[in-house]
Amino acid sequence: MDLLARFLIRLFSTAITLFGVAVIVFTVVRVVPGNPIAMMLPPGATPADIVRLKALYGLDKSIPQQFVIWFWGVLHGDFGTSISLRQPVLGLVLGRLPATLELATMALVMAILIGGASALTAVRFRGTQIETGIDVANGAALSIPDFLWGLLLIIFFGVLIPLFSISGRISPDLQLNFETQFYLIESIVRLRFDVTANLLAHMFMPALALALPLAAIIGQLLKQSLKETMELDYVTLARTKGYSETRVILREALRNAILPTLTLTGVQFTFLIGGTVIVERLFSYEGLGNMAIDAVVNRDLPLIQGIVICFAVIFTAVNLVVDLTYAALNPRLRHA
Amino acid sequence: MLDGRGSINRRVGARLWLSGGWLLIVCLASAFAPMIAPQDPLAQDLMSGQLPPFWVHGTEPGFWLGTDSLGRDVLSRIIWGGRIALQVALIAGTLTALVGSTLGLVAGFYRGWADRIISRLVDIWMAFPPVLFSILLVAVLGTGLRSIIIAIVVIDWTRFARVIRAEAMNQGAMDYVAAAQVAGFSRQRTMLTEILPNVLPTIVALLSLEMGIAIIVEAILSFVNLSISTDAPTWGGMIAEGRTTIYQAWWVLVFPLIALFLTVLSFSQFGEGLKDRFDPVLR
Repeated sequence: MDLLARFLIRLFSTAITLFGVAVIVFTVVRVVPGNPIAMMLPPGATPADIVRLKALYGLDKSIPQQFVIWFWGVLHGDFGTSISLRQPVLGLVLGRLPATLELATMALVMAILIGGASALTAVRFRGTQIETGIDVANGAALSIPDFLWGLLLIIFFGVLIPLFSISGRISPDLQLNFETQFYLIESIVRLRFDVTANLLAHMFMPALALALPLAAIIGQLLKQSLKETMELDYVTLARTKGYSETRVILREALRNAILPTLTLTGVQFTFLIGGTVIVERLFSYEGLGNMAIDAVVNRDLPLIQGIVICFAVIFTAVNLVVDLTYAALNPRLRHA
Repeated sequence: MLDGRGSINRRVGARLWLSGGWLLIVCLASAFAPMIAPQDPLAQDLMSGQLPPFWVHGTEPGFWLGTDSLGRDVLSRIIWGGRIALQVALIAGTLTALVGSTLGLVAGFYRGWADRIISRLVDIWMAFPPVLFSILLVAVLGTGLRSIIIAIVVIDWTRFARVIRAEAMNQGAMDYVAAAQVAGFSRQRTMLTEILPNVLPTIVALLSLEMGIAIIVEAILSFVNLSISTDAPTWGGMIAEGRTTIYQAWWVLVFPLIALFLTVLSFSQFGEGLKDRFDPVLR
């Protein structure tokens, strides 16, 4: 099977998955008991007002009819209007998405750096106390979820040693006249390094909380495959040539050992993005996840649907890219 | 080689004892909460709000770990909160394991249409952000212990289904399964008497992990104010309150967090320890 056919099949399968997500989220939010319309009405509203509002949001039709109307709109880029914020859902979601993407990307980079460094160190000093120490640390990091890491970090770096901010995305007193919502990237482009530093100070703890469980997974798997690669003949050959151990690991073994880790990192990245929901809440970080929880609290059906679809698109896209990258990099699959 | 095995055994042993010991303490404290807890966990006393723990100046006897903003005893609330955490862990964990493992076994052993439908459902489930999904479900079902348990089962069954499906497929390809078929066992009997016992250690290890996860989910739901009820003592609810008064009364956050941390860590380490102990390769 060549890459193109593989891509088309996966694309079709992804479309079915996304449709399934749309059906489920639509059905689930329709059986919500709290009435969003009742929460919007001023006191003294007449029954005629209620009927008019319901018609405005399309809530007077049957559920299958509502679904068809909503889904037709989604296909045309119209996700409806938020009930609590009274703005188009698409604009709200796209306005918050950059904050979440920056946070998740930062966390991914941190996870790769921490996990990679721990694996390389453990392999360089394999069989010593250092390796045992790293194994134990990885085991602990793995069994503690991001929510708990976030709380622990708040206590350590927010209260005991107050180094970083424990809430928000940026200090409210900073003057920003930015064009985009990608504050971090734009601050670097505009050479506003005071803003960059401020953003990083806010982002550090939530990103680290998200990164640590993934760093442990990367560390464990990369160490495992590095150790296996180190036993291969070509590595022994490099050693007999007189290369130093560090050089053998970095130049010879790493390149061949990294593929399984890459694939797993891609899959685990979706879990990391899913974790942003509660971590953003914990740190009052103004991203998509924080808005999602508010939307549930306010029974804002169109907004909930839009955000869940947005997450689902990201998840399936990441999985698709991982799958195709793996197929492209792995010669056994490429010529299969 | 012998030395290496000895040290692995000792490490596994220590892990099992330590984590099992803490879980036993939590179980006993929960079972005898009415007798152990020094105060009524719901009793408010605004005059003795935010009392510090016993070793800090300005405390009052009887409130070992201090009080929260409403003057409720932190230690008593942690002990009673353990009851809810354990209930969620045991009931939700077991139900999730039952549902997920059954679907995984059926998909992995029977293959065909059953497998296609179940795998498709897993794909769809994996495209949901799990925390948001659980918050949404509890918002729909209404707060309460039952809703939380249902939400956990509905969301987490895929953890079991994915792993057990793969295991069942591996086992299904082995000679002993073919032998059972030749001996005239029905498909169903082969699955239950041949495959199931061989995937059981994996289910047990996953179950222990899942119990820790269930406790975290309950804490997260309490944290966003969607758990049992607003005044029921839960670790997550205490953490949410402590988060807001962190600079005035750190103990309201720190002590329930330690209880949650140790319990979640113990469940996962207990599961890992069990898996290593029963792993024939390591043994």
